[in-house]
Amino acid sequence: MKPRGPYRIFRAVALVLVVLALVAPLVWMVAASLKTNVDIYDTEKTFSFTPTLDNYANVLQQANYVKFIGNSLWVALAATVLSLLLGVPAAYSMSRFNMKKSALVVLMARVIPGVSLLVPWYYVFSNLQMVGGFTVLILSHMFVSLPLIVYIMMGYFDGLPAELEEAALVDGLTHIGAFRRITLPLSVPGVATAGILSFIFSWNNFMFALVLSGADTKTLPVAIFDFVGYASIDWGGLMAAATVVTLPIMVIALFVQKYVVSGLTAGATKG
Amino acid sequence: MSAVTTPVKKSPGVRSTHSESSALSRWANNHRKWLFAAPAMVFVAVLIVFPVAWTGYLSLTDAEGSVRAESSFIGFQNYLDVLGDTDRFWPAVWRTALFTGVVLFFEVVLGMAIALLLWRPFRGEKWVRVAILLPLVATPVAVGMMWRLIFDPNIGAANQLLGWFGISPQPWLAGQGSALPTTMFIDIWQWTPMVVLILLAGLTAISDEPQEAALIDGASTWQRFRHVTLPLLMPTVIVAILLRGIDALKTFDILYATKGRGGGSFHEVETLNVYAYGLSFDYNDYGVSSTVLIIFFLIIIGVMWALTYRKKGMDR
Repeated sequence: MKPRGPYRIFRAVALVLVVLALVAPLVWMVAASLKTNVDIYDTEKTFSFTPTLDNYANVLQQANYVKFIGNSLWVALAATVLSLLLGVPAAYSMSRFNMKKSALVVLMARVIPGVSLLVPWYYVFSNLQMVGGFTVLILSHMFVSLPLIVYIMMGYFDGLPAELEEAALVDGLTHIGAFRRITLPLSVPGVATAGILSFIFSWNNFMFALVLSGADTKTLPVAIFDFVGYASIDWGGLMAAATVVTLPIMVIALFVQKYVVSGLTAGATKG
Repeated sequence: MSAVTTPVKKSPGVRSTHSESSALSRWANNHRKWLFAAPAMVFVAVLIVFPVAWTGYLSLTDAEGSVRAESSFIGFQNYLDVLGDTDRFWPAVWRTALFTGVVLFFEVVLGMAIALLLWRPFRGEKWVRVAILLPLVATPVAVGMMWRLIFDPNIGAANQLLGWFGISPQPWLAGQGSALPTTMFIDIWQWTPMVVLILLAGLTAISDEPQEAALIDGASTWQRFRHVTLPLLMPTVIVAILLRGIDALKTFDILYATKGRGGGSFHEVETLNVYAYGLSFDYNDYGVSSTVLIIFFLIIIGVMWALTYRKKGMDR
């Protein structure tokens, strides 16, 4: 059914407004990151200003953001890979053997408020003198990644017909062999979806790193938060920092848009 | 999630003659169910079940200050204190409920409207979908900082925009009454796209036939939405409410990034999560914070249970 008549015009106008509302703030952020602080304070230079990369130079060199980018990358990648290793076989078992209660336990992790885990973690890990190290940080991010991966992969395995594996068994493969040689290769799109989503959520995570990271292991969201001191805010620098953390993830998301969307909406229509 | 799965049938007649069938491999194959599931479940148990149990224990003690400090068991004293605290606790409960209710309402209504706009194909669809994805994947802390500049009373774009329409400048995040609604706005900006994506997935799964039948019967656009599309879409709407609701209850990043410790100097945006975080890590009052967390946890479970219960009623 194709819409026609006045609705088409209404829809076009409405969609333009929606896109503007979603994109304009981001454009404003990037624009401010290219301004000097003098220009940011001058409301007459909202649209006409001489762009400068000084804020980025400051953020990347003086504020040590190159290091924080590395930290964020390392934590997100390690948490994602480890969670995939644990989560994909678990999701397979839970899907094939219909382990609803076990699945519920893993999915509870998505429901529990993070603070309620942080307090005991902080207790234990600070007594072990591990707070501020990468190990604890990666473990805490796995807590975000693992349930997400199990959730997405369970939906994916539910959709893969079991007949394929049965055929492989008849052909002489073991159960685990069938999983490794038949199911896993067929699940690459699902694993990609789960991995990408896990990376994004880990990259964006703020609260765990706020408590568990140290000066050397600080991730980007914490670095941005620390940018705001008690004195007046360096808006240009802050917006450059905000752009540095959001832009990479947006670019990645655009390239793998299909996966991001299918991951975010996983399980939404099956009820 | 709860789709019926076909368990792999054991194939009795086929004995594996493959070289892999050593004793170890046979054992692994016979126990693959738990071999696959156990590592993830042990991880979850150690990092989640145990900490939650410890939080429960801490809530019964007077632990505070250093994590190495001695603490003593004080029974349910913390619960009595917290539940009787009309200064910080109950306002935080109220703000959490208000925040969640308001953002859910707007996100679902706006999300539905936008999803319906996007439902039928049109030129440039690709670009609109890109725009919808951007807020969703943006780092919430960065989003908070971005809106801090936009809502800055003196140099922000928001007041500049109002100025063009002759409206006087607003305090936004800086105002005692306006801070919470402003953070709600930020949350709605960032997360409405999530609802759009979920509802679009639901709309795409609906067949056209009931729509066409209603059209032939002379139903108006509104009638078709109200009596055909909406009922078919309702299970998906509940999923969207469930997913967004859990996250909205737990909102932290945007609130902490815009107002800092304690939800601002007057606790304007102090929700339960921000309150619990502050008690734990800004004031190191672990016993009380654990109590708040346990209560918060029970609230979340209760809300979830109510929603899934309602959803099951509708699936029938």
